[in-house]
Parts: sequence; C-alpha cells; structure tokens
Amino acid sequence: MAQLASALAIMIMGVLGCAAYFYGSNFLLDKLFPTKNRPYEQIARNLRTANMVRPWLFLGPAVLLLTFYLFYPVIDSFRLSFFDRTGDGFVGLSNYVWLFGSDEFFESFRNNMLWLIVVPTAATFFGLIIATMTDRIWWGNIAKSLIFMPMAISFIGASVIWKFIYDFRSGDDAQIGLLNAIVVFFGGEPQNWITIPFWNNFFLMIILVWIQTGFAMVILSAALRGIPDETIEAAVLDGANGVQIFFKIMVPQIWGTIAVVWTTITILVLKVFDIVLAMTNGQWDTQVLANQMFDWMFRGGGDFGRGAVVAIVIMVLVIPIMIWNIKRANAEMEGR
Amino acid sequence: MVSSSKRTPLTFLVHATVLFLVVLWTIPTAGLFISSIRDKDQLSVSGWWTALSTSEQRLVVRAHEPKSQVQQGDRFVISGNLLEGGKGEIARFGFSSLKPENFAAGEVAEMKKGRTLQVNANGDYVLSSPTEWKGSRGQRIFYTAEIPPRFTLDNYREVLNAEGLGQSFINSLTVTIPATIIPILVAAFAAYALAWMRFPGRALLIAGVVGLLVVPLQMSLIPLLKSYNLIGEFFGVGSKTYVGIWLAHTGFGLPLAIYLLRNYISGLPGEIIESARVDGASDFDIFRKIILPLSFPALASFAIFQFLWVWNDLLIAMVFLGNNQEHLVLTGQLRELLGSRGGNWEILTASAFITIIIPLLVFFSLQRYLVRGLLAGSVK
Repeated sequence: MAQLASALAIMIMGVLGCAAYFYGSNFLLDKLFPTKNRPYEQIARNLRTANMVRPWLFLGPAVLLLTFYLFYPVIDSFRLSFFDRTGDGFVGLSNYVWLFGSDEFFESFRNNMLWLIVVPTAATFFGLIIATMTDRIWWGNIAKSLIFMPMAISFIGASVIWKFIYDFRSGDDAQIGLLNAIVVFFGGEPQNWITIPFWNNFFLMIILVWIQTGFAMVILSAALRGIPDETIEAAVLDGANGVQIFFKIMVPQIWGTIAVVWTTITILVLKVFDIVLAMTNGQWDTQVLANQMFDWMFRGGGDFGRGAVVAIVIMVLVIPIMIWNIKRANAEMEGR
Repeated sequence: MVSSSKRTPLTFLVHATVLFLVVLWTIPTAGLFISSIRDKDQLSVSGWWTALSTSEQRLVVRAHEPKSQVQQGDRFVISGNLLEGGKGEIARFGFSSLKPENFAAGEVAEMKKGRTLQVNANGDYVLSSPTEWKGSRGQRIFYTAEIPPRFTLDNYREVLNAEGLGQSFINSLTVTIPATIIPILVAAFAAYALAWMRFPGRALLIAGVVGLLVVPLQMSLIPLLKSYNLIGEFFGVGSKTYVGIWLAHTGFGLPLAIYLLRNYISGLPGEIIESARVDGASDFDIFRKIILPLSFPALASFAIFQFLWVWNDLLIAMVFLGNNQEHLVLTGQLRELLGSRGGNWEILTASAFITIIIPLLVFFSLQRYLVRGLLAGSVK
C-alpha cells in the first residue's frame, strides 16, 4: 500500500511538473509582454516579440529531448566507436578491424539479413492476404481483431507463449509443446526446435511475423478500401478473375502503402532484441546485431567501443530508409 | 467490395481460409491462458489441449507408516486412501518400481512373506501381513490413475505473492502512466508549433523529426548510459530513477508522436484558427481551447500506442531502471523467471498472462482509436 501511494505521488508530480512548464512559461510570456490595454505601439511591439518567442516555448522541451535522447547519441556513438572499452583512450580504427575480423559479427550480420528479408516479406504478405479476404466476409472485423491482437503483447510475453509451443520433451514423455505434439501425432520424431542451427532462426522469426501481421493487415485493409469501386467493376466487366483483379488492379494501386508497411516493419526488425534475448540469448547461431550490441555493453563490465561499432552498423543499415522517409515527407508537404 | 464474387464457391474457401488463419493466430495465446489455470501437476505431464479430458497419470506414494497398523485377528493391517480425498479413478497398481502396473484395481497382490496389498478404484488400499510391520517408512505403492480435469487459480496466487509479480505490476504502472502522458503534452505543443506557427527553421525541424523516426534506439544506449551516470554523480543520486526512464521513453516516443500529431493538427480547418487569432486569442489560448479538444482522436490513439509500447518495453527498462527487485518491471520480471524458472510452466504461463492482460484489455476496449491513429500517420 505504501508502495502504491508513493508510486501515485511520483506519477502525479511528474505529470504536473510537465504541465506546469507549459502553463508557467506561457503565463510569464504574457505578463512580460502584455498585448492588452496598452498603447497601440507597445502592443504591436510586444506582439511581435511574443510571436517570436512563443514557438520556442512550445517546441523547447521537444527539441531538448530529441537532441539529448536521439541526435546527440548518434553523434556520440560515432565518436565512441573510435575509442577503447571505457570510452577514454583513442584507438583509431581498431574496433572496426576487430568487427570485420570477428566470426560473431558475421554470424549476427547474416542472421540480421535473414530477419530483414523474411519478416517484413512474410508479415506484409500475410497481412495483404488476410486484409483482402476479411473485407469480403461478414465476420471480417472479428477476424481482424483476433489477428491484430498479438500487437498488444510484449515481445517477451510472446516469447514465453512460443517457447511453450516449441517445448521439447526427450524420450517417450508426452509432449506438452503443441508443435512436437503434432509432429508425434503424425508419427515424426520430436525435435528441440530452438537449438537446431540455422533453422532455429526461422522459428524465432515466426514470433515476430505473428506479432506484425496484424499491423500490416490493418493498414493495407484501409488502403484496399480506398481503391475506387469503379476500377474494380470495370475489371470485372472486362472478365478479369479474382486473382487477376488482385494482382493487376489492387496491388499496383496500393503500392505506396505496401512500401510504408514494409519499411516500418524493417525498422522494427533492425531493433529486434527481446525475442532473441528471451528465446536463445544468441546461442545456437541465432545472434543478431541488436542483441550482440547489448551483449558488448554489459559483457565483463562492458566494452563501449565495440558496442558502439555494432550500433554504427545498425545505423548504416537504417540510413537509406531515413533518406527515403525524409524525401517522402518533403514531397508530401509540397503537395499541401 | 467485390460483390460479384459473393456467390461463387470461392466464398466458402475464403471463409475456411480466414477461419484457419484466425485459429492459427489465436491458438498460441489461448494455449497460454488455458495452461495458466491448469493444475500444475497436470500441466507438466499433458498438453493444454487435453485440459478438458481426463488425464492418465503414473504416480507413486508411500502408504501410512507401520506405527498406524492395527491388528485384525491374526493379521496386521495398514489402510488408507491413495488419492486422499481428491477425485480420480485408479486403473492399475503395483508395489515394485519394476512392475508399477502389475495389478488391476480391486485385485489382491501377493507380496513376500505372505503379505498382501489391495487397491480399489476409489483409492482405498489395504496392506495386510501375518507378521508385525517394521521400520519407520511406509510401503511404496505405484499406481496409474485417471485424474479428471482440474482448474485452479493457485498459479496466479503463487506468482503474485511469492514471485514478486505484484510489486512489478505497480512498478510497471509507475513507469507507464507518466511515460504516456508527458510525451503527449510535449508532442502536442510541438506539433501545433510545427503545423500552425511561423518561425525560421521550421522546415528543417520537420525534416529532423522525420529523420529521427528511424534512429534505432540501441544507438542511444551507450551515450545515454554515460550521461546518466554523470548526471547521477553530479546530483548525488542513483543514475537509475523513474524520472530518468520517463524522460527516456518520452524522448524515444517523441518523433512518432510529433509526426502523427502534426499530420493530424495541420489537417484541421485553418479558418477556425485564423478567426480565433483575429479575435485576439494568443497561440496558447488557441492551442488549449481549440486544438486540444479537436485533436482528441489523434491524442487518444497515440496515447494507446505509447502505453502499449512502454508497458511492453524490456530494453529501456533494463538499461535505465536496472534489474534490482525493487524497480523491476513486469517484462523484466518475466525475463528473470524465464531464466530461473524455465521449466516451471505453471509459473511462466501465469506470469506471462499477468504481463499481457493489461495491454490486451486496453487493446480490445480502445482498438477503434488505435486503428484510427495508425491510419492517420501511414495512409495518405
């Protein structure tokens, strides 16, 4: 109970403190540069000053937070990648030399590439298929809700759920993991799925596909509904069948949205860390970059230089998406 | 939509495929839930899909100790019930580990030295001997029993009390609520400024926000950890505080929040804002009295998003709040249990269900807003 009360107090103070800033600073600005009941000239001058200052009052916290939490770390990671394990001694390129000489790096790089190919493709594919089909049936919304549901589950919770599905019992013991039970039912040999080298990567990817398909489905379904009925009716009149309509009429029209979904999931995949940590912690050849970086941050007291080098690799992989994103946003704004 | 295909045999195929996919997507969570309310002995020997059927279990117990024997005529008898009041039916039994299923229930098993053992289907057993029973431990009895399904909340009781999940639940709430509200406040003000206020550098800031959308947050961990340690030293407090994690979640959530909210707010009709300006309202008044109420749908959807994301986060909590019991959040606790109690499925399933129940509730009750928010930012 005491814990609950203090938690509540901390929460209220935190939120009020933030609200107080916005109210306080704007109140102060209005007091310092009043714009009512003054000589006309003073009002005009005060209004100009206030209009110059106020955007920065509004933006101030956001800019500070973005700078401290995202912009500065990017720069500093780059700097740290040239320094030794404590971040004090300059070591030049030796972290990079280590990186490209380490088998561990190539293993996680290869796995990351597999994740980047398989997960966005599979999630977008399933999402598109399910979106198309659920739009045609009366219980489509219920089906969508259920498929969307894993979005709400944490990666770590999902890992427990799937670990249970992949559970393995040796010998003649009854299998309590669903996958092995099915295999045994059809007369197969039970397997310890998450320790099979190479293929275990795919068993981990299934978890993320399971989570992300709902996201792809919701967005693609909205895009599909945005396709004008006339184009589809015209195709039907011309004698196109369902598959032709889907691939030749619908998919090309929502190409932009497919790209958005694809990139969003790609970014997520680059950051994936919890699933590997919980399922295998990188054992049995399942290491990925994000997990490896985390590993180097804390292994034996931490090696910030090597951790930062891995972070730089992740960043480099993201840069093309970043540029594409900014270009798209700019094009959008010009259209306004 | 495609009305012409409604009456074709394809419709049946569509229904069947969707049903199959829905089942495929729901089964993992359903399995977890069913497992979490099963009896822990049954959970460890049979799959959750058998939860409703009677399960066959091979068990071993010791009979009562020799001191409870009574003399009946010229024989010494020890009796009792193997199931001890529980439900179930015994099919076979035995007295040796080599032949645990040697006798059917109701049979009289001949042991050495003229001793006999009889076990009935209801669990009653009778050990009888012509000589006095000696020693301090009871005879071992092996049996195979049909145990009916048993559902219980014991697993939940156990994890909430003994495994520290109750505490973590409160910690998770303490982290999540401010880390949801603060970024909304900060982002809403910033989004309004970027959408409707004119000042130099606006375009650059917008491009910056879009660029930062994709920065992987792992990038930030090492520099931030160093800064946090410095700041903690400077103020003489620990580097792992709630304020620290709120601000971290705020910082990491901001690009998406500003981006979504700016898209929404800049789509609001400009006439309202202009006429309010003409009437002498300052930007702060406009924001408070016009923009905030009008953008409620967008704010709500981002709030849900941020809530789910913070509640489900593991990485930021591990780095900025630490792993001591006192501060551990639910996801961190679950991860610890996964390491220390990996084989105890009754603990893992119940714990996992506790960590996902709040997001699932939020998700199902507010799904409409969540979807609207997703669409506001992604489909143009």
